[in-house]
Amino acid sequence: MDRRPLPIGRGDNLLRDLSVHADNIRRYALRMGEVQGQGYIGQALGIADVLAVAYCHALKLRPSEPEWEGRDRFLLSHGHYGIAFYAALIEAGIIPEKELETYGCDGSRLPMSGMASYTPGMEISGGSLGQGLVIAVGMALGLRQKNNPAFVYNSMSDGELDEGSTWEAAMSAAHHGLSNLIALVDVNRQQADGTSVNILGFEPLHEKFAAFGWFVQRVDGNDLSAVLAAFDAAREHAEPRPRVIIFDTKMGKGVPFLEEREKNHFIRVDADEWQKAIAVLDAKGAVQ
Amino acid sequence: MNVNVSTGKPRLTTSAMIASIAEAGQRTKAAPFGHALCKVAEERADIVGMTADLSKYTDLHIFAQAHPERFFQMGMAEQLLMGAAGGMAKEGFVPFATTYAVFASRRAYDFIHQVIAEEHLDVKIACALPGLTTGYGPSHQATEDIAIMRGIPGMTIVDPCDAHEIEQIVPAIAAHKGPVYMRLLRGQVPLVLDEYDYVFELGKAKLIRDGRDVLIVSSGLMTMRALEVAKAMAGGDADVAVLHVPTIKPLDERTIVREASRGGRLVVVAENHTVVGGLGEAVAGALLRAGQAPKFRQVALPDAFLAAGALPTLHDRYGISTTAMVASLKAWLA
Repeated sequence: MDRRPLPIGRGDNLLRDLSVHADNIRRYALRMGEVQGQGYIGQALGIADVLAVAYCHALKLRPSEPEWEGRDRFLLSHGHYGIAFYAALIEAGIIPEKELETYGCDGSRLPMSGMASYTPGMEISGGSLGQGLVIAVGMALGLRQKNNPAFVYNSMSDGELDEGSTWEAAMSAAHHGLSNLIALVDVNRQQADGTSVNILGFEPLHEKFAAFGWFVQRVDGNDLSAVLAAFDAAREHAEPRPRVIIFDTKMGKGVPFLEEREKNHFIRVDADEWQKAIAVLDAKGAVQ
Repeated sequence: MNVNVSTGKPRLTTSAMIASIAEAGQRTKAAPFGHALCKVAEERADIVGMTADLSKYTDLHIFAQAHPERFFQMGMAEQLLMGAAGGMAKEGFVPFATTYAVFASRRAYDFIHQVIAEEHLDVKIACALPGLTTGYGPSHQATEDIAIMRGIPGMTIVDPCDAHEIEQIVPAIAAHKGPVYMRLLRGQVPLVLDEYDYVFELGKAKLIRDGRDVLIVSSGLMTMRALEVAKAMAGGDADVAVLHVPTIKPLDERTIVREASRGGRLVVVAENHTVVGGLGEAVAGALLRAGQAPKFRQVALPDAFLAAGALPTLHDRYGISTTAMVASLKAWLA
């Protein structure tokens, strides 16, 4: 089965199952963070719901055949989100769970910043921020040229909105009417030097993308039903325009003591807190 | 003709966008890159053309007219051009992406480095106005493009001499797997090497003519100059050999070292590029690594921001015109 690779539920159960997938992604990310004693765990917890919907519902993919020609392409422009992305790949069955123990270690297929040649299912070498969307434009043009109906998803951070190339791509995608391109922007309002709004203001973001000619949705990125509806609407939208979903997310989501922690590009996590965080998720799962 | 009113002499003008390096009376061929690409594209459906608002000034408009469905106008956005060319290559196409050498090498460098080269993607970057081929000043003079591109692992760099070579290089780099940076001569491009029965081979330096006193190692349009220098000095000044090195990376070190260490000749590396990081330093490094230290000189542009003006004036001033080279060689041989 090409879409929905995992045995998840239908109808009423879909949201509940996606919630389980999202928390599994959080657990895997926390375990990887523990391996290195650090990592972009705040971002990973924040975007886990989006990745769960992407990898356990929206994307067409074959877990055993990551380079299948018919797959939807998912570009990780913000390479430092590798920790979250690998967790999603594990949850989708593309890489084995055991491999998370190698995260960031010598010889691992899971380097701290995502690179195409290292990891199955990793489409690009991101990390030089602002490059994913221009690559996505080229891939979307290429797919259209060969009549391949796959979508290109470009996952990016709000910090990447600072880069001029992002807006070159935004203008180009609309100019070429790339309806097979879906940009996913994680607005967690945190950049390396502080709060995004104080670094380089990008609001009003909905209006900006709309003015560039995109079909825009802005949703709470930690509200699974909203995320699910936005993905479905982005795919099904009829107009020949590129699509963007702006996700307002909360760093550390799902682990209250990390949600409340002072916000930084790197959230501080003490050595004993990785397991504590996993225990919080386990307790939540037990209640469900 | 544009004439200076006060002197009555032809006025030398700053030809920029319409630049042709051909001299009056020289045999030329029109838009060899565009026509060669069309020819390859007729045989290969995976070839596409992309540009950043410079199709007319890179001869890609010939391809755009012949294959409009395979031509992608990306606008004046070089980062997008290179990133999207990478994306297109990831989907199985072989893009020829064109702009000016300054914009590819300086503005889009990280996109070439990370998107294209790091994944060894099949993108051919063809750039007009390489080195000093416009009088517009530093904004358009790509005097350091080779130095910049040489730093990228796995990047193949070619610097063709004339139309005859461009016609052969285009199918060769289309067949080559991996990223290529090509210095492009456009418009009415001189025809020189056909007289020497020259055949281009990717990665190979070729001895175009032999000589006892001097070996000029050159690439691009400087090989044309070197051959003119050799003719000019043949009357008794010096017997000049010319080794043409159209592939700057990977460098044919074996042939270069063999020729440079033969017969105790003065070795002169001639390049349309700054003295920093181009063919001259590449050859010097190869010779030293091989334990060879012939008498060595460089004909190259100075490490400076160059002036604006008419191209012949600038080539004279910076020592890469035939006249200036003959003077340099005579001084070195004296």
